[in-house]
Amino acid sequence: MQKYVAKRVVGMVPTVLILLFLAVVMVNFIPGDIVDLMMEEHASIATRDALMAELGLDKPLPVRYVSYVGGLLTGDFGNSLWGGKPVGPELLRRIPVTIEIAILATMVGASIGVMFGVVSALRQDSPIDYLVRSVAIAGIAMPNFAIATIVVVMPAIWWGVSPRLRYVTWGDDPVGHLSIIAIPALVLSTNLAASLMRLTRTTMLEVLRQDYIRTARAKGLGGFRVTYRHALKNAVIPVITLMGLQVAFLIGGSVIVESVFVIPGLGRYLITAIGQRDYPVIQGIVVLIGIFVMLVNLMIDLSYAWFDPRIRYS
Amino acid sequence: MAVDARAGQVARTPSDRSGAARLIAQITRFARRKPLGAGGAAVIILLILIAATADLISPYGPLVHSSSLLQGPSAEHLVGTDQFGRDVLSRVMHGARTSLQVGVAATVFAMVPAVIIGMTSAYFGGWYDYAVQRFVDTIQALPGLILLVTILVVLGSGLWNVIFALSFNSAIVGSRVMRGATMGVSNEMYVDAARAMGSSHVRIMLRHLLPNIVPTVIVVYSLGFGNVILAEASLSFLGYGIPPPTPSWGGMLAADGRSYMFAAPWMLWGPTVALALVVFAVNMFGDAIRDVLDPRLRGTG
Repeated sequence: MQKYVAKRVVGMVPTVLILLFLAVVMVNFIPGDIVDLMMEEHASIATRDALMAELGLDKPLPVRYVSYVGGLLTGDFGNSLWGGKPVGPELLRRIPVTIEIAILATMVGASIGVMFGVVSALRQDSPIDYLVRSVAIAGIAMPNFAIATIVVVMPAIWWGVSPRLRYVTWGDDPVGHLSIIAIPALVLSTNLAASLMRLTRTTMLEVLRQDYIRTARAKGLGGFRVTYRHALKNAVIPVITLMGLQVAFLIGGSVIVESVFVIPGLGRYLITAIGQRDYPVIQGIVVLIGIFVMLVNLMIDLSYAWFDPRIRYS
Repeated sequence: MAVDARAGQVARTPSDRSGAARLIAQITRFARRKPLGAGGAAVIILLILIAATADLISPYGPLVHSSSLLQGPSAEHLVGTDQFGRDVLSRVMHGARTSLQVGVAATVFAMVPAVIIGMTSAYFGGWYDYAVQRFVDTIQALPGLILLVTILVVLGSGLWNVIFALSFNSAIVGSRVMRGATMGVSNEMYVDAARAMGSSHVRIMLRHLLPNIVPTVIVVYSLGFGNVILAEASLSFLGYGIPPPTPSWGGMLAADGRSYMFAAPWMLWGPTVALALVVFAVNMFGDAIRDVLDPRLRGTG
């Protein structure tokens, strides 16, 4: 197991290096007219050469690459082009918010999705099955931003209340914090819940037809035990795989819900940085999110052995 | 059950029938076996017709201002008007044109590189495959939306940059599936036979591999088409899509719709319903196509 983990972590190295290269080479593709635009926006930077130096474009690419990677190893993400503050501490402050929303959304989405998937499979072709499947398809067809906007607007129109949009930290007011995080997390979880429900239903239907399920029932085991211990455990691997694929999607969706609900996470930071063409911030966020998604997928691969003891890593 | 018997005969079309008749028979069979998929196809065709004839059939021009600002749905304006007095229904109709244009262009531009990258990667293998796949890994680790806005903030916005960004993402992600499909075929005996007969690499790929992965291409990119339309709308929503005043659904939802969401909620409903309907239709059609063309992929969506 340890050997397998080590092998996988080493296998990540080239991918991370490519990610860092893309982050560094990105600024080379900025067209001249955008550099001119930046000059107009930046009163503090006097000459074009100074801006080029600030972007690091005065040095050759290999030098920039090595110094960027070296900086990251010491936790230095460079400085913001606006105000010159270091990017690293700001990223560190905002990551927990985004990860919190993502984890909450995953938990809610996975519970709802798997639960209704199981119910739908057990009651195949019943009215409940059709209802659940229709809602799931609607959940897939409705984009995050539309759901988010409706959640903000409709209660305001119908009942004259709107969700609070003033962020408070966990330390200041835990209940207020949770109530603010909960709504965006719920909005974010809809797509996940819908696609997990569809997949759970499909795999459960397959598993429920297996001989060992009939055997378990014939032995006189109760419905609940058969469903959860025998069937769901065997249906869960593809569901876990899909969850891994959805992590990147969830983080991307977080950009949208954070900007609708005014939550100071990475997503909002990214959108602000993009509005200001603050390239060091954008680079930092892209690198962090990329590595985060890779680590989550690694953990999901490793979790297969826990869900299915027949899988052994060597 | 008389209907069933007749449709069964249509399905068993003799091969000497003309091409058109056979096509019609196939479509009839598809519609009978996959009513939801056929419904999806009908919605997509309707959308294409609306987009193509938007200038003729929309009640007003998409950019025509009028004095009736922020008016609710009425006989003159079925979905109301926006803050400039522009007719929301007309803008949704013209927005269909933007969505389709971006969707079709990005899908076509994604398909060709995805097939080339995926097929060569699986066929040649070795260090080339390794290098290409690590690059694909990297791009896949980045959330699509974040990759898209990053590309656009570097290149600048504009219609063709949006199309480029969407097709880049869709090509890289799709190439992984093409590689998998090619690997399934490239171990077949007839590929070895072709190689033994001295066929060139290009010939083997075009004549023996490509026809076998066409079903996968169709499945992946019929579903991908919906994702592209959705991604374009998300980009517009964040302010990085097609620049205004060109009507696009995401843009109508974002800037205009959200500023006036309390005063004029119909400005949100128009584009939301249109978008959800199209994505729903594309997914239904894609699912049906998948079941018909490639039963092995069933349930993966």
